[in-house]
Amino acid sequence: MSEHSTKGSGGDGMKWVGRSIRRLEDPALVQGRGRFTGDLPAAHWVRFVRSPNAAGKIRSITAPDGAVAITAADIEGVKKITPMLHKFNYKPVGQPILAEGDVRFVGEAIAAVVASSEEEAEDIADLVEIDIEDATALIDGRAAIADGAPQIHAGVPRNVIVNAQIKTPGFDDVWTSAAKIVRCEARSNRQNATPMEARAAHAAYDAATGRITLHCTTQMPHLVRTAIADCLGMPESDLRVIAPDVGGGFGQKMSLCPEYVLIAWLARHLKSSVAWTEDRRENLIASFHSRDQYITLEGAFDANAKLLALRADVLANTGAYSCFPTTCGMEPLMAMAEMPGPYDVQQYECLARAVVTNTCTMGAYRGVSRPAITFTLERLMDKAAKAFAIDPIDIRRRNLITQFPYKSAMGLEYDEASYRETMEAAVEAINVPAFRARQQLARDKGEYLGIGFATFSERTGYGSPAFAARGMAITPGWETVHITVDPSGFVEARIGSSPHGQGLRTTLAQIIAEEIGVPPQMIKVVHGDTDTAPYGWGTFASRSLVISGGATLIAARKIRAKLLKIAGHMLEAAETDIVLEDGKAKVAGTDREVTVAAMAREAYTQTHRFKGEIEPGLTESGTYDPPGTFSNACHVAIVRLDAETGHVKVERYLVAEDAGRIINPMIADGQVHGGVAQGIGNALLEEIIYDESGAILTANLADFMPPTAHEIPPIELHHLETPSTQSITRAKGLGEGGTIGPPAAVVNAINDALTPFNVEIDTIPATPQRIRALLRNAERAS
Amino acid sequence: MTDKTAITLTINGKDHKVSVEPRRTLADAIREDCGQTGTHIGCEHGVCGACTVIVDDAPVRSCLMFAVQAEGKKIRTVEGLADGDKLHPMQQAFMDNHGLQCGFCTPGFLMLAVGVLEREPDISDEALIDVLSSNLCRCTGYQNIIKSVRAAAAEMRK
Repeated sequence: MSEHSTKGSGGDGMKWVGRSIRRLEDPALVQGRGRFTGDLPAAHWVRFVRSPNAAGKIRSITAPDGAVAITAADIEGVKKITPMLHKFNYKPVGQPILAEGDVRFVGEAIAAVVASSEEEAEDIADLVEIDIEDATALIDGRAAIADGAPQIHAGVPRNVIVNAQIKTPGFDDVWTSAAKIVRCEARSNRQNATPMEARAAHAAYDAATGRITLHCTTQMPHLVRTAIADCLGMPESDLRVIAPDVGGGFGQKMSLCPEYVLIAWLARHLKSSVAWTEDRRENLIASFHSRDQYITLEGAFDANAKLLALRADVLANTGAYSCFPTTCGMEPLMAMAEMPGPYDVQQYECLARAVVTNTCTMGAYRGVSRPAITFTLERLMDKAAKAFAIDPIDIRRRNLITQFPYKSAMGLEYDEASYRETMEAAVEAINVPAFRARQQLARDKGEYLGIGFATFSERTGYGSPAFAARGMAITPGWETVHITVDPSGFVEARIGSSPHGQGLRTTLAQIIAEEIGVPPQMIKVVHGDTDTAPYGWGTFASRSLVISGGATLIAARKIRAKLLKIAGHMLEAAETDIVLEDGKAKVAGTDREVTVAAMAREAYTQTHRFKGEIEPGLTESGTYDPPGTFSNACHVAIVRLDAETGHVKVERYLVAEDAGRIINPMIADGQVHGGVAQGIGNALLEEIIYDESGAILTANLADFMPPTAHEIPPIELHHLETPSTQSITRAKGLGEGGTIGPPAAVVNAINDALTPFNVEIDTIPATPQRIRALLRNAERAS
Repeated sequence: MTDKTAITLTINGKDHKVSVEPRRTLADAIREDCGQTGTHIGCEHGVCGACTVIVDDAPVRSCLMFAVQAEGKKIRTVEGLADGDKLHPMQQAFMDNHGLQCGFCTPGFLMLAVGVLEREPDISDEALIDVLSSNLCRCTGYQNIIKSVRAAAAEMRK
C-alpha cells in the first residue's frame, strides 16, 4: 500500500517525472544476463591467509615448497591505506595491504596465495603455517579506553583516534534551570551490512599498453582508481576500474579494501589476470563492520516537557584501522552533527570519540550513525514522556520543529520538511485508540502488545561543504553528468555515480525524458567504468538522485536549449513557440515538426546550415554540488511479545515519509521497503558477536541472521511531498531513510509491551536472550 | 583431491561434458565448467538460496549438491526460464512488480518460486511466504518479491 500527497508546489503537469515506469535495468537481470565481478574467468586465483589471532606479533610465515604466497615483505614500497582528517584530534593510522609484524584483528590478511584455480589456492592456503605471538586483545570500545589498556597503534594514546567536543555557550545556564533531566544509556551492537554479493575483484594486465583493468564490486569506482594508483605509485591513466553489476553495497562497498589493492598489484607483478572472490565467512569477519556504539544521552526539559538542552557522549568502536576515504570519524562525527534530529533544541553538549580495538574495521552501513542516534533520541523521548506522565505522541508534538528554515544547535540549516505532518499522518493511519483497546484486551489474557514511534530527520544529498566540515582530506560531494544525443537520435548519459540496485538508470532517464521529450527507453544511462564515466564519487549517503539527478537536469536543460535552437533553424520558428515531446520538436498550434533524430543528425552532419550560430555536435555537461537537504519520516511499529520466550513479532509496520518530489514512486517504495527490512534486522536479529579472545561467533548467515520473508510484515507506506528548495530536481534523498527508523520504532514498541513488567531495554538488537534476561531479573526482584 | 571424473550435466536441455573433482559443487560446475553464470553464489552454506536451481523438478541449493550427484538429472537454471524472446511469467512479474533491485538474489528466487509453483500451483499465501523465507534478499524487504510471485502464480494458473 502506498499513498502519495503533495505539500506545496511541484509534481504538476509532468509527463515522465513522478511515474512508476518499469526499470530499464531489469530485463538482463531477470534472465541471468547480469555481469558481476565473480563471473569473469581468470588465469590466477587468490586465497588470503588470515590472522586467527586478534592481537599479536607475527613470528614466521611458512608456505609449502613451490607455493606462491605473497607477504608484506614481497610488496615493499606499496603504500599503506592512510585516510586523513584534519580536525578533531585525529590520529592517522596506516593499514598495511598485508599485515606487517603486528596483527590487529581476527581475519586480517597476512598472505595471499596465488594458484591456477580457487580450489588449489584454498588447498595451499590451508598449508601455510602462521606463527603468532599472542597478545591481549581489546574487543570492547569501553575496555579500549580503560586505564592500563594496551595501546594498539603507536601514536594513538589510550586508543582514541577521534576526539571531538562541542558545547553551546548557553548550555550550563539552561541545564541547571531545567525541571527534569532524563537519561538514556543506549547500546548499538556491531553489524555487517551483508550485501548478497560479497566482495570480489578481478584485475587483468594488457601487454600492449601496460594498463590494468580492475573489475571490482564497489560503490565508488573512481575513488578506487585514485586510491590504488596512490598505493601502487602508478599513473591513474594506467588503471581502469570497472564496477559492473554490483550485488548490493549498503555502504560496505564504499571503503577501499586492501584486498583490491593487492589484486591490482598482482596483475601488474604477474602480467596476467588475477581474481579473488570472497567467501561469506571472510565477508562477515574481515570486510567492514558498522554501528558499534555506546551512546549516553541526557535531555533537560522544562516543566511543560519542552526539550531545552541535550548532552551526548558517543563512543564508537571503529575497529583496528580507519576506513578510506571517510575515516573512522564517520560514525562519531555524524552522531555529533545530527543527534538533535527533528527536535527544536538550541543548547547542546557532545563528546564524540572513535576508539581503535582489535576488531574488524568499521565502514559505512546504510544510515551510518542515524539508526543508533535515532534509536537513542527516540528512547529518550519515550522515557521523558513517561517521566512527565504524558503520551509519547504528545511529547513529540511539543518538540518537533515546525518553522523553516531552521538552524540547528550544530549550525546545520534544515530546509522545509514535514516533521509534524508525517507524524500526524502516521498517528491517524495506525489508529492509536483502537490499538490501545486491543492492547488492554490482550493484556487481560496475558498477551503483550506494544506500539512504538520514531520520528527523524535525515540529511541527504549533501555536497562537498558537508564533508569539508568534517575536516576530510577527501571531500566527495559534487557530481558531473555528460549527455550526448548521438547522430541516430539515441541518448546516452554518462554519470559519475555508481548505482547498484537503486534504479538510477531508470530515474535519471525519466529526468532527461522530461526535459527533452524523448522516451526513457531511448535513453541509456552509463556508469561504473572510469574509462567512460566522468570523474565522480559513486553512490552512497542518499546522494545520487539529488546530486547526480541535479547534474543530469543541468545537462539535460542545456541539451533542451540546443535542440530548441536547432529546431528554430530547421522549422523557421521562434524557439518560444516550440515544444519538445514524443521524440519531436513541434511548432505549437501547427503541424510543423521535426524528430530529435533528424535534429541530432543535422547537429553533426549539416553544421554549415547553422551559420556558426550553433556549435557542432550534441553533447552537454552538468555539474552539481548542492548544500544538502533534509528528508524526514515517522515510523510506527506494532509488536507482539512472548513473555515466556522473549520472542518479538512485528505485526504491523507503517511509514509516513517525505523525500520531496518523487521521480518514480515504485522505485521510491522499494527503497523504503528494503531499508525497513534491514532496520528490523538491526532492531531484533543481526549482531556480530566477538568472544573475549576476539574470535567471531557469528561467521555465517545462519548465525548472523538477516531477516527472511517471515520476519518482515507487510510495510504500509504513506508519502508526503515537500519539494526541496535545496535540490534543483526538488527531490530529497531516500536511500537510507527506511533503515533509520526501525530500531527506534520497534524497540519503543517492545518497551511499550514490557510496561506491565516495569523493565526497559535500550540495547539493539533486542534479542529474545536480552529480553528474557530482563524479565528473569524482574521476576526475581518481585 | 585432484582426481577428476568425467560427467555430463544436462542444463536447460543441453549436455555439457565436463571433468570435475568429486568435491566440486554443482554451483561451481554450472558457473565455471558450463559457463552459465546466471546462477549466483551467496554463502556456500545453504543459507541464502542465491544458487537455487531446479533439479528434476525440485528447487535445490546448488552449493549443497556435488556436481557428480547431478549427472543424469535435468537441471534448469535462470538462463532456461524464458522461451526464446518470451519471458517466463515469473520473470515478467518480477519486472512488473519491482521484485528486484540489485538482482543478485533474483535468479535464486525465480528458480525457487517457479519450482514450487509448478509442483503446487494453488499454494496458499501463507505457505508461499514459508517457501520464500528459504531465500535471502537484502534489497527489497521481500514486499515486492511476494507480490511478484503471487502475480506470477495467478498468471501460471491461467
